[in-house]
Amino acid sequence: MIVELGHFATVLGLATAFGLAAVGYLSATNAAWRGTVTSLASAQLVLVALGFAALLNAFLTSDFSVLYVVENSNTALPWYYKLSAAWGGHEGSFLLWTLMLAVWTWAVAVLGRRLPGEIHGRVLGTLGLLNAGFLLFLLSVSSPFERLVGGPVEGADLNPLLQDFGQIVHPPMLYLGYVGFAVAFAFAVAALLAGRLDAAWARWTRPWANVAWAFLTVGIALGSWWAYYELGWGGWWFWDPVENASFMPWLAGTALVHSLAVTEKRGAFKSWTVFLAIAAFSLSLLGAFIVRSGVLTSVHAFAVDPERGLFIFWLLVLAIGGALTLYALRAPVIRARTQYWGLSRELLLLVNNVVLVLALAVVLLYTLYPLAYEAATGGEKTSYGPPYYNRMFVPLTLVLAAFLCLAPVARWRRTPMTLFRNTGIMFGAAGALGVLLPLMIGGAVDIGAMLAVGLGLWIAMTHAADVARRRRALTRSYLGMVFAHVGFAVALVGVGVTTAFSHELDVRVNVGESVELNDVVYVFNGVEQVQGPNYTAERLKFVTDTGATLHPEKRLYPARNQVMTEAGIAPGLLGDLYITPGERLPDGSWGVRINDKPFVRWVWLGALLMALGGVLAITDRRYRRLADRDAVSAPSHRGDRRQPQAATA
Amino acid sequence: MTRIKLYLPVGVFGVLAVVLFLGFTLRDPNLLPSALIGKPFPAFDLPVLGAAGERAGREGLLGEVRLVNVWATWCPTCLAEHGELMRIGAETGLSIIGINYKDDPQLAVEWLRQHGDPYDFNVVDDAGDLGVDLGVYGAPETFLVDAGGVIRYKRVGDVNPVVWRDEIAPTLAGLAGWQKVEAVLGDER
Repeated sequence: MIVELGHFATVLGLATAFGLAAVGYLSATNAAWRGTVTSLASAQLVLVALGFAALLNAFLTSDFSVLYVVENSNTALPWYYKLSAAWGGHEGSFLLWTLMLAVWTWAVAVLGRRLPGEIHGRVLGTLGLLNAGFLLFLLSVSSPFERLVGGPVEGADLNPLLQDFGQIVHPPMLYLGYVGFAVAFAFAVAALLAGRLDAAWARWTRPWANVAWAFLTVGIALGSWWAYYELGWGGWWFWDPVENASFMPWLAGTALVHSLAVTEKRGAFKSWTVFLAIAAFSLSLLGAFIVRSGVLTSVHAFAVDPERGLFIFWLLVLAIGGALTLYALRAPVIRARTQYWGLSRELLLLVNNVVLVLALAVVLLYTLYPLAYEAATGGEKTSYGPPYYNRMFVPLTLVLAAFLCLAPVARWRRTPMTLFRNTGIMFGAAGALGVLLPLMIGGAVDIGAMLAVGLGLWIAMTHAADVARRRRALTRSYLGMVFAHVGFAVALVGVGVTTAFSHELDVRVNVGESVELNDVVYVFNGVEQVQGPNYTAERLKFVTDTGATLHPEKRLYPARNQVMTEAGIAPGLLGDLYITPGERLPDGSWGVRINDKPFVRWVWLGALLMALGGVLAITDRRYRRLADRDAVSAPSHRGDRRQPQAATA
Repeated sequence: MTRIKLYLPVGVFGVLAVVLFLGFTLRDPNLLPSALIGKPFPAFDLPVLGAAGERAGREGLLGEVRLVNVWATWCPTCLAEHGELMRIGAETGLSIIGINYKDDPQLAVEWLRQHGDPYDFNVVDDAGDLGVDLGVYGAPETFLVDAGGVIRYKRVGDVNPVVWRDEIAPTLAGLAGWQKVEAVLGDER
């Protein structure tokens, strides 16, 4: 009964979303409707949340008359995996997606209530229309509420790979990011419809883009960390199509966050910024299509269902095609060109955008080329591995890093060259350390590691020096930038060092024997049988001469009769020791793979710092103050032409 | 700058959409029509699993509606669908015949002992000859064969509750010589 109520609430949510779309656009020109818009946004949130709560309840109570519960849960699951199993499959995770969109919609309705009606109404109307499409998709071809009469007494269980802390936090964070870009998308559509594309528009959009970007950053970092410890390959990024699907909106979003700064402060890059706002969410949608239609094969892909794929495909065409057509018809054509005097901020941000968009194009092409190839040749397959991506990505990242060092010093319009004197000195210091430190850490010459460490240090130094110089005049948005940039440097060092100096060894060991890898001795102390809540495991014990203990496990999940390996990891800020169990051999010895991964945690630490920076920036008082000011003046000036303007090509 | 440039994104997206659409339809396994639907089940003469010296042929299928399932111990999806086959066998009484495909018979016997045996009998197709005649892409595949030995339905991939409810049970309901499914479907409606 509760499931039917949840189903019904979601159907009402769909009706509300359509209502929100209609009333939202109406309210843009007729202020009498404004109150209704906010009420509808709240109603949509409550209704979709009720639907989701009903699904969570079905999982908690192991209601096996619900097909989706049967497919993804089991009575032996601990309660927290029962809850997270709710988004372990396609249907439930899509319900979570619509819930997230309802949350964002409500937040815009409430926090953006002082926006001019022509923007507020159209943003919410667009968000309502999007969620109407998603809810229609959910209810028509992917309902998690379907009953199974005469259901079994036991469920098929959640895939053991997903029985992990990562499954609890990674999808919600990722979806908050994906769906969060819908807000920037809606702001772009609203601006195009209203013909109002100015600095104020950029200021309204910026916090939303920042926070969505921060969530997506955390989501991707969590996914990478999870893959690292759960998949047992010791890698943290695989250029898997679905990873790329999350990385593409991130790249577009990163470009957007920077481009918005230029539009807000200099009134330039306008059409380009609007394009990026549309692109970031469009790429999120494309990612959803890739994951959920089975169009590309991947470890993440949900079960293939042609009906669903076709539905998402048309959603994709309507939303993206519609927005881009609107863009073609309404985006301002600007003739004036910004002059990039010397190393101005405008120039640096332009470089940032060009590099990020190039990187995005690389990922997009490599991800979709196999598909195009298959379509063109009538079924022949081809694919690209990490070397292809790295060949393009490494130089682009290094260019980005080199220009990033100049960011804190650079000024708008033109930067006096004298300001760069210290930057030059720091370049020397960072360069020297960049050569020395990797030699000390890895004991070998590696150009990649030296470049990464050197550039990372240079970024950290120039930012630290600028923070010291400003001291009292530190605003939160400035600190946000510093955090994000230093986070990038930290991640860069992590990637460089761990790529260059990781070690790997495949050996067979007997109990009592020891193995040495990179000056660390690992002693195999024995195997014990462990009984988990829904699995049995053989737990191996390794002790190192550095005092670390590692417990790799081989688990059997009887519900699916699936064997899983759990890596044993001794984490550390300066490096992880990592053992993956292989097979027990007939003579009682074990095959294991031993890895050491210096600085690998810096990759995720850096990502967290970046996200922290994004969140810090939006807490700046400036946004609240300016929101008040905008609300008072709110002139509907159509593109203020007096500000310096940029070429958008 | 001219207006034309602003049309570039929508143009690129158009090309992308075409590629996605083509890639998507090519990938769709349901768009590969089986030439076998409506044709007689191919003739075969293969040993019966776990019964030394016994052999079975196409005649062994006649007289009753059969679900013929191609499986192997090396195939993880076969294990995933095994529970559903067990359920179908136990709850509907539908006759299920196994084709143990390119497998080690000893492992197969052990596998059935361990996970349960929903099959009336299995034939050993270790060379994969019957698989070729049936146009098998890979295990698991499942065929619904009517009492006259004609193939009525083919599934590439696992049999799961949704496939049963939406595809197999409705096909079954249209076949003569199968009464019990009416009761089953009556439940689910």
